[in-house]
Amino acid sequence: MSLTDFFAMGGYGFYVWASYAMTVVLAAIEVVAVRTRFRAARTAQLDENAG
Amino acid sequence: MNSINWFRFASPASFFPVAGKLARWFAVLAVPLAAAGLWLGLVVAPTDAQQGDAYRIIFIHVPAAWMSMFIYLVMAAWCAVSLTLNARLSAMMAQALAPTGALFTLIALWTGALWGKPAWGTYWAWDARMTSELILLFLYLGYMALRHAIDDVRRADRASAVLALVGAVNVPIIYFSVQWWNTLHQGATVSLTAAPKMASIMLIALMLMTFAAWSYAIAVAMVRVRAIILERERRTSWAGPLAGAAR
Repeated sequence: MSLTDFFAMGGYGFYVWASYAMTVVLAAIEVVAVRTRFRAARTAQLDENAG
Repeated sequence: MNSINWFRFASPASFFPVAGKLARWFAVLAVPLAAAGLWLGLVVAPTDAQQGDAYRIIFIHVPAAWMSMFIYLVMAAWCAVSLTLNARLSAMMAQALAPTGALFTLIALWTGALWGKPAWGTYWAWDARMTSELILLFLYLGYMALRHAIDDVRRADRASAVLALVGAVNVPIIYFSVQWWNTLHQGATVSLTAAPKMASIMLIALMLMTFAAWSYAIAVAMVRVRAIILERERRTSWAGPLAGAAR
């Protein structure tokens, strides 16, 4: 199987890759968002400690 | 008492470091599970005789749909605990699960549409399974919006818990919709009571992706619950040292 065949997915490439790509993008957004939220909460608490 | 004191972990202060450890372990676990699942699902598993390669959407769609329902039930259970025992941490757990549940619901709907087009010739139909899954998305969003709209967090806990519990009736409707109504959506491919109707390599790939989704959901929810603990307990004496020790 060539790489071209792999990406073509027997003619269903658009449907398959749009499914996987959206999942990866949404998961990445959530991971970044949740880490940003935790860091912000932690920073706010450290400011509280200092102030 | 010589038994383990389970209530120790019901306090946000003692759960905070536990959640940090769980987040790290499950994040580390999710990566090899997803990598193995993707390899088996996209490369090793053979092309389906009827659906061609379009069926490979199953490895995202089915785990996401399972997670969307399961997370809702776990969230509703935490809401029930928070209402009956008035426990802060239970409400925080429910609050931490909602966005991840909504995410999996959105993924299930999106991949379902993209699978529906090649399989049935349409992205969307007002079929019982799809409509009830869309309602699930609105329940998650409604839960989050209601929380957001109430300034007093303890009141927000109670009001949103009632909403989540009432909405829980939708989960069995989604699950059994393919049996109760004559739907466009197919019946269960994998169930606890019958032998799976698929090749074992596909089943292994599906299970690996499901465990990856589980690990991902636990990791993300644990980081979020840590953020929520710090946000909500900022004025308490114990929250200060926690933030200093947390990475």
